Amino acid sequence: MKHLLSSGDLSLAEANSILDLADQMQQVQSRQVKKLPVLRGRTIVNVFFEDSTRTRTSFEIAGKWLSADTINVSARGSSVSKGESLRDTMLTLDSMGVDAFVIRHPSSGAAHQVANWVRAGVVNAGDGQHEHPTQSLLDALAIRQHFRKLGQDGWAGKRIAIVGDLLHSRVVRSNVLLQRTLGAQIVLVAPPTLLPTGVETWGVEVTTDFDQVVADIDIAMMLRVQTERMTGGFFPTEREYADAYGLTLERLNRLKPGAAICHPGPMNRGMEIASEAADAANSLVLDQVAAGVAVRMSVLYHVLGGASEGIPL
Amino acid sequence: MTSILITGARKVDGIAGDLFIRDGVFTDPAQAIGTLERIDADGLMVLPGLVDLHTHLRQPGREDAETIATGTLAAARGGFTCVHAMANTDPVTDTAEAAEWIAQVGIEEGHAQVVPVGAVSKGLKGEELAELGMMARSLAKVRVFSDDGKCVADSMLMRRALSYVSSFDGVIAQHSQDPRLAGPTACCHESELSGRLGLPGWPAQAESVIVARDVQLAELANSRLHVCHVSTAESVDVIRWAKARGIQVTAEATPHHLLLDTNLVAGYDTTFKVNPPLRTTEHLEAIRDALADGTIDAVATDHAPHAPQDKDHPFDVALPGMLGLEYALGVVIEVMVNTGRMDWPTLTKRMSHTPAQIGQVHGQGRPITIGEPANLVLIDPAARTTIDKNTSKSRSRNNPYHGLDLPDPVVATIWAGRVTYRR
Repeated sequence: MKHLLSSGDLSLAEANSILDLADQMQQVQSRQVKKLPVLRGRTIVNVFFEDSTRTRTSFEIAGKWLSADTINVSARGSSVSKGESLRDTMLTLDSMGVDAFVIRHPSSGAAHQVANWVRAGVVNAGDGQHEHPTQSLLDALAIRQHFRKLGQDGWAGKRIAIVGDLLHSRVVRSNVLLQRTLGAQIVLVAPPTLLPTGVETWGVEVTTDFDQVVADIDIAMMLRVQTERMTGGFFPTEREYADAYGLTLERLNRLKPGAAICHPGPMNRGMEIASEAADAANSLVLDQVAAGVAVRMSVLYHVLGGASEGIPL
Repeated sequence: MTSILITGARKVDGIAGDLFIRDGVFTDPAQAIGTLERIDADGLMVLPGLVDLHTHLRQPGREDAETIATGTLAAARGGFTCVHAMANTDPVTDTAEAAEWIAQVGIEEGHAQVVPVGAVSKGLKGEELAELGMMARSLAKVRVFSDDGKCVADSMLMRRALSYVSSFDGVIAQHSQDPRLAGPTACCHESELSGRLGLPGWPAQAESVIVARDVQLAELANSRLHVCHVSTAESVDVIRWAKARGIQVTAEATPHHLLLDTNLVAGYDTTFKVNPPLRTTEHLEAIRDALADGTIDAVATDHAPHAPQDKDHPFDVALPGMLGLEYALGVVIEVMVNTGRMDWPTLTKRMSHTPAQIGQVHGQGRPITIGEPANLVLIDPAARTTIDKNTSKSRSRNNPYHGLDLPDPVVATIWAGRVTYRR
């Protein structure tokens, strides 16, 4: 695997290979000495054109635990009027002998463009409103581990509701692509103003009525509502949004027993998710974060190291 | 000036004969004696020189992307003898002096007639009218006014502009884009594709609601509206309605909105970023039908050269626009003539006679008859080539046709009796 740009590029075998290795990597997290020598001498540059403490730290730790040399670059988003082009920025870094780039960019498609320009491997750590493949992989890992603990294996019959700002979310696109490959049933829930154009062609169930589906799902994935959307006229008030689309205490009580609650963070408690739901026993919010490091170790290994056979754990 | 004798060229009515040009004017071939240049046009067609209503020449301000000299060289290569230089240069063409400067450089360095387009509003800011009358009365004789690149969004300013230019038979060429429905980041036709790619959508209705408003304002002001780069079926419907009502509206379509569809942006290649964006095939079909039946009056290139550093950005940040002058005729032949949608006389209207009338350029778009100015293009309608962006006469390389097999008809272009291009 040369790049990881889209969850849609992953075959079922590749997705399972990443998740299986991530399971093994996660065991390393509980050791006192966490470093593995597998990417020794390799250089990974995290280029973040947009702030993201959580994702950047997760990738940085993942790289370090694999013994790679990890460097963080905070770059300003490009503008035509001043500064250098994205292409020049990336070719400059590429010329320093980088093995892989981890790229976060506020513009959709940026990671794809970079992959066409540079020699190094590229991992998409979130591009605009497009995709965030490692987020979908860590969601899948946390969900898979949750259901395995309950003695349930496999995705067949699992129904996942993804609720919230689907229009501007890169998390939803990657999750739809990955969950479909894994075999889950997907239902998307949002007010009409926050549904992406053409969502009816995605081959998933779509509803504007959360209450209609809440009692019949195995996973409730609540998406963050960005502050700028709250004032953008997409819905009247925060109160009205929470009333129709929040995982409120009432809706929490209607979830099936054992149903998992996910949120990519950071959460707006009291808006898209009530505190009772965020802190519930079956909330995977912190498990998702823990799974994030393991998944990113696995992804970096797949991009830089090849297949998972023969890895000295 | 050398006299030119063209032998054997066939006009669009199918009749072949000799053409003699002396002192920039078609003259009786019986007078072709003495020193003259001969062009053997046996088997070739002759069309009146093409007229482009919508060209970005980038001079003054961005001479690294294009100049009046290189842009008009590309025009000549494409069979054009006249181009309208859009006003969004730096400085903006919003005064008589700025317009006269462009016209003068065109005379000194151009390979085609350069007709300046004046800005509608000062600095293209959309706030107050530019000196429309002084531009009209200047040596540049500006008749077409446009804030192209930006929409005159303010309804009252648009009404006043339409009203004001009616006194000198000017025309407002509108870039129809509702700035709220399609904001500054909008860059992909709003569709299943924009939803999947996560690119900010540019809905078809952001164009047609402005067209619907403007045709009614043109009726109110009893003035002339020209709709730039029509890209949607909805806009076509509105224009058809307005024409039936007798409103003075004309419209243009670009070669790229006739040939290229939105799926080309799927790889985030900014060469295919253009404003308005490439649309779906349903819209393309509507534009082709409208060009055939005359609802759309003219083909205009929206030739928009850009330097690499303005394209090598993320898709939503890169500048919109693509080259067009050299390929327009080939695209129209491929899409309209080779498919049987349009005959040669109609093509000549859409690419020469009508744009000249819309722009009030009196020496262009004239018939090829004795006594008329010698503006012509000799074409081989069957010639084809695989487009190579590196052979372009333009200074820029943002060529969306690179690698496509298309008609490459232009054999020679003559502007005012001067050979400006010869294969």
